[in-house]
Amino acid sequence: MINAAQYAIRLPLYLLLLAIIVFTGCQTMESVITTAATVAGSQGMIDNSQADTIIKHTSAVSRSFEEFTPEQEYYIGRSVAAVVLSKYSPYMNKKANDYVNIIGQTVALASDLPETFAGYHFLILNSDEVNAFAAPGGLIFVTRGLLRCCPSEDAVAAVLAHEIGHTQNKHGLQAIKRARITQAFTSLALEGAKTFGRQELAQLTEAFEGTISDITGTMINNGYSRSLEYDADRTAVTILSRVGYDPHALTEMLQMMGKRLNPKGLDFAKTHPSPSSRVAKIKMYTDKYSPVLIPEARKVRFAKALANI
Amino acid sequence: MRKSILYNLSEKIRIMSHLKVILFSFIFLGMFVLPGVAGYQKLLSVQIREAQLRSSPSFLGKITNRLAYGRIVEVLKDQGAWKRVAVPGSGIQGWVHVSTLTTKKIALQSGTADVKSSVTGAELALAGKGFNAAVEDEFKKKNSNLDFTWVDRMETLKFTTEEIQEFLRDGHVITPEGGV
Repeated sequence: MINAAQYAIRLPLYLLLLAIIVFTGCQTMESVITTAATVAGSQGMIDNSQADTIIKHTSAVSRSFEEFTPEQEYYIGRSVAAVVLSKYSPYMNKKANDYVNIIGQTVALASDLPETFAGYHFLILNSDEVNAFAAPGGLIFVTRGLLRCCPSEDAVAAVLAHEIGHTQNKHGLQAIKRARITQAFTSLALEGAKTFGRQELAQLTEAFEGTISDITGTMINNGYSRSLEYDADRTAVTILSRVGYDPHALTEMLQMMGKRLNPKGLDFAKTHPSPSSRVAKIKMYTDKYSPVLIPEARKVRFAKALANI
Repeated sequence: MRKSILYNLSEKIRIMSHLKVILFSFIFLGMFVLPGVAGYQKLLSVQIREAQLRSSPSFLGKITNRLAYGRIVEVLKDQGAWKRVAVPGSGIQGWVHVSTLTTKKIALQSGTADVKSSVTGAELALAGKGFNAAVEDEFKKKNSNLDFTWVDRMETLKFTTEEIQEFLRDGHVITPEGGV
């Protein structure tokens, strides 16, 4: 027979189980368990250390890159950007940078992720390489060499929309090793004071350093997988069509890149699928759009802004 | 034989007790937990540094208000990738893009009845947690070769809605609405 004391012990367990069954449909398993455990803890059904254990255990097994808040993504992005800027220097031309920023910020509004923690910002890198980088959160870099592959403002928009695609689809965060994410989240103080203890800060910083090197290693040295590049191209076509830029401008840019790219180079030649294979791949997405006739005013401002690129 | 009947009987009683507990748990959930969660569904938090409330569901809509990171809003209406929201207890209303908001609890705010009833026990607030300014500072100390000057400068390169509108008009580009 079960006595009252045994009821009291088992009740929270049943509650947890039920909470999981009832809420699985509408929330992630982890937040359900966390909520259930905190509720059970706060109601005195299980003591707080038990609740903590449940929360921590859950956290350790189910964390993924998708759980970084935009604020955390922002801090990751800033340090990734700093690493990019340790290898390349900025192109000090206000007119060109302003032009790239207004195009970029305009097309970002038409993406599926128009709002990031601190917005999208763009910077031209003073390099002849054909290269571009999108740090998490929306700090985006494009080289002079790549801008020289752009015959029009629409093509510049295509390059930037491709990079926005990497940010929107969180390709940078996907490069973070799973164990690193678990490390980051488990050393987090889940309750109480907002400021970390010394040891926690040291652990988090270690996880942070690893995170930055995971991302920059993939982004700068190895390149994303081909499928992620095609994914960013597909996103770019969608974005261009939404804004009113010519989706075929991406094809034109890639064709020009095909002519300019040194196949043995350490830039896009190393980290991206060949321009011709990208052109072939995006054909099925661009085919449904009729070409846009670029108005004179747009041609003029393009020529003016990037005259010396 | 006799022993196993007895065993079965006690097993049955044990199962019945389990059922009672489950039933009781359902009642508990129905009375206390579900109403809280149902209210929670309609309340979202601002997950970016500063949300802009607009007069219409478009980035070309006039900015009517700005909400800080972590502010809690109530969803009144959905329209595509946009939500019409209200700040509980303030009379402030406007449209925001879905990417502005999250179901996660960013910061715990007091002051309005709506908010209090939605925050059960010790819910987690995420603002400032994890990778934050303190972690960045530590990272900078350990990687003194990295220079954040241009990272900071990049963040100041920002065009307003009006400037973007003018740019679109001048270049004969149609207006962006935001996707999803």
